[in-house]
Amino acid sequence: MADFRTPFSRAQGLGAAGHGVGHWITERVTSIALIPLVLWGVFAVLRLARSDYDMAVAWLASPINAVLLSLLTVISFMHMNSGMRVVIEDYIHRKITKAGLLLLNLFVCALFGALALFSILKVALSGGAY
Amino acid sequence: MVELALPKNSRVQKGRHHPAPAGAKKVKTFKVYRYDPEGTENPRWDTYDVDTEACGPMVLDALIHIKNTMDPTLAFRRSCREGVCGSCAMNIGGRNTLACTHGWEEVPGQTCTISPLPHMPVVKDLVPDMTMFYAQYASIEPWLHTKTPEPQGEWLQTPEDREKLDGLYECILCACCTTSCPSYWWNGDKYLGPAALLHAYRWLIDSRDEATGERLDDLEDPFKLYRCHTIMNCAQVCPKGLNPAKAIAEVKKMLVDRVV
Repeated sequence: MADFRTPFSRAQGLGAAGHGVGHWITERVTSIALIPLVLWGVFAVLRLARSDYDMAVAWLASPINAVLLSLLTVISFMHMNSGMRVVIEDYIHRKITKAGLLLLNLFVCALFGALALFSILKVALSGGAY
Repeated sequence: MVELALPKNSRVQKGRHHPAPAGAKKVKTFKVYRYDPEGTENPRWDTYDVDTEACGPMVLDALIHIKNTMDPTLAFRRSCREGVCGSCAMNIGGRNTLACTHGWEEVPGQTCTISPLPHMPVVKDLVPDMTMFYAQYASIEPWLHTKTPEPQGEWLQTPEDREKLDGLYECILCACCTTSCPSYWWNGDKYLGPAALLHAYRWLIDSRDEATGERLDDLEDPFKLYRCHTIMNCAQVCPKGLNPAKAIAEVKKMLVDRVV
């Protein structure tokens, strides 16, 4: 099929979207935030491995631990979402598949992020009572 | 989806073998990609046993030797034969470079494989279709934009500001970088590629240019600019030793400077 659009018109495409820098900054800021949070997370898990249930609940009930764990979880899912988004945009070119996967990526990250956050808060605020 | 295998009619088949002339002492084999757009056959690998004592030291010398003495049907671009024009960019021994500045002795092993620049439509043999590459270059408007009435003489620039163009203005648009970039392979229709972006930066930091903001506006796009994932193939293959990845990083920094 002949395409009579000029090469210049094809190079221009739909023009610049006018965004992208926000996503770029988000990727970097979440990466930087995750460095200390993940280090703290590893340390926390190692510590918790040696404690029993009540000690673990008491640990999570401490405001600083609950807040840091919430931040670690939420920022991880944000970071995962923006990273996966780029992978999908890079490799998937069929419009419908791309849209579907982008939605799936967003919904999965939001769902599991929210579930994890809720679980942390539930234990932290109720002291482990069901 | 990304195409990881070539379509059926593009798969490269075994081609013809052209033996060295009788009496050749030092022989190097050149395995060259051949494609004739007028035929119905698939592309093929032809091999040429070149008497290296009869040809010059560069891969381009070998190609010219092949065309002159062994197979006049071979098509390739060349002009300046000294790394200034960028015409003879091709993939030599698995790496994009200029045939005229790359010695065949630098290619290890008995066989030197030569194919056109990767992931470009092939016009014939080693001649790729560069239409989109040039259109993308044109789209960054590679000329001085000014609004101030023109001065009597030149637009002045301090030596320090002029120095900022070093490492950028030397680009000869050979497309070695752009066609070595996986991001450009997958999204070459939207991503501008390292060469065009290096030139975009060359005009962005030109102290005489008055359209910096508009230029940044035209680049701020998830695909045009942000498909660069600092893979760095561009910097590795540039036959002029330039660093397009760094130029792209500087453009990204300028965009951050606008908002932070």
